[in-house]
Amino acid sequence: MEPIHAPESIDLIALAPVLVLSVFAMGVLVLDLWAGKNKTLLMFVSLVGLLMTAISAFAKHPIPTFAFTDSYTVDHLSLFFICIFTLSSALTILLSYEYNEREGIKVGEYYSLILLCTVGMILLASSTDMIMIFLGVEIVSICLYVLAGIRRDNKASNEAALKYFLLGAFATGFLLYGMTLVYGSTGSTNLFKIAEFVKSDSAQSNPLLLMGIVLLVIGFGFKVAAAPFHMWAPDVYQGAPTPVTAFMAVGPKAAAFAAFFRVFSEAVPELAPSWEILLSTVAVLSMVVGNLGAIMQTNIKRMLAFSSISHAGYLLIAVISKSSLAGSSLLFYMLSYAFTTFGAFGIIILLGRKGEENLELENYSGLAYKHPLMALSMTVFLLSLGGMPPFAGFVAKFYIFSAAIEEGFLTLVIIAVLNSAISFYYYLKVVVFMYMKEPAGEFNISLTPMTLLVVIIGLIGTIELGIFPDTIISLTTH
Amino acid sequence: MFEDSVPLAHYLTLSAVLFVIGIVGVLVRRNVIVVFMSIEIMLNAVNISLIAFDHYLNLSNGQIFSFMVMCVAAAEVSVGLAIIIALHRNKPTVNLDEFNLLKW
Repeated sequence: MEPIHAPESIDLIALAPVLVLSVFAMGVLVLDLWAGKNKTLLMFVSLVGLLMTAISAFAKHPIPTFAFTDSYTVDHLSLFFICIFTLSSALTILLSYEYNEREGIKVGEYYSLILLCTVGMILLASSTDMIMIFLGVEIVSICLYVLAGIRRDNKASNEAALKYFLLGAFATGFLLYGMTLVYGSTGSTNLFKIAEFVKSDSAQSNPLLLMGIVLLVIGFGFKVAAAPFHMWAPDVYQGAPTPVTAFMAVGPKAAAFAAFFRVFSEAVPELAPSWEILLSTVAVLSMVVGNLGAIMQTNIKRMLAFSSISHAGYLLIAVISKSSLAGSSLLFYMLSYAFTTFGAFGIIILLGRKGEENLELENYSGLAYKHPLMALSMTVFLLSLGGMPPFAGFVAKFYIFSAAIEEGFLTLVIIAVLNSAISFYYYLKVVVFMYMKEPAGEFNISLTPMTLLVVIIGLIGTIELGIFPDTIISLTTH
Repeated sequence: MFEDSVPLAHYLTLSAVLFVIGIVGVLVRRNVIVVFMSIEIMLNAVNISLIAFDHYLNLSNGQIFSFMVMCVAAAEVSVGLAIIIALHRNKPTVNLDEFNLLKW
């Protein structure tokens, strides 16, 4: 009897990170049955799982490799993104452990959901087929809906979950319809085949295809929280548990940008004249709305939500530039943004205590007199978010802007630089509160070790990427 | 044999109309469950387009896609209803306008 060979395109080694992480996620669910009230074991297993995932991502040589009839790709972009995802999920888990104990989130599914969400993010960054991209988006979103509402007895958390769910599902509809129209007009769901079709045919004036691309922009715009599709972000960021907020601001956003970049730079770059203007409008709107919105906030989580909307605007400039240099700058930006954001949210968590999260800006008055090191680190994170040298945020912005200038988007860069200047107003407002106001009350801060560890990692990353970016930059360019 | 009598454009129009009905439903209605139903109408409108494209252009990916859409829609329904129930325990209402804790 003839032996049956599996089709060559089935390549489980290429898929290793997804498989390893899925097994660990389900393992954590099962372990939860025995773990009882103490979740230390679950946290440890999750961290090991993330480490194994990062290692297994490098199992495939040579890159780029295309598996599953070109619907899954292992290339430079996806490898680097997997590292960012595992790092950000690991930092989230470290941030969550003590927060969850303090706020009474006693469910072991929490860790499993973060791991499953990471699986979705890996799929999103590695897929080159619209069906897979859709599944990746949905795995990420569904996990996040649950994570946002994981504090079942907290009304704000409930409300955040509901708003996120309704608007997320609404956006899914747009994304899906966009994908369908692109599929119908090109005859394929595969990004490379779509690119071939767009190149060879007189597809440039096909109204269905153009309509599909507009809908894709709307769908992805919702997922990355770009204006004018950002309405959900401030509410969800404020209502969700703080570690989940940090996670949402980094991991899933990076994943959505990876897919966004892939679709627009690999599938439809030939149609750039028609979507460039649309994306530029969205980018400019995001920067303006994000920065002006942030100025008016008094709640620090809400302020960081608006700041993340403006960061989505800067990142969109990389998507518009669509060169390989722009891809590298996207990677560097996401990495530095991850360190900075997790550090800042770590400080926010340290400042809260049971039942009192202390999220208003007034709660930060006089922090520098009582806890100078904490105030100093918060200042470093905020300045890095604003893009002040010598911190990571500056190099990241510089990198994106130079990629855009190389492609000739000078106006866009000028608007972005002006917006960065505006953004200093609200970042420095927090610094003014910390250094120049009298303390309003007692700070009752318990320096819990794991949250502190995240802050220190964030600090080291922010400064290291700012002063010695060469190593990482050479890793991002290939 | 029906291919001549009903062209592709009709299916696409039907799907577009259903999609718009879904959008209007989400934007206009204030009952959580009805909004939720409108979203499902949007997803199913997309399924109609997918299947119509497959049939008329002799493709097959779209059929697989539509199965995936159904799976995802089912998963979304279960999570969505769970969220609505958790919310209802803390605040017994289904009117979206009454969820106003979070706003500037």
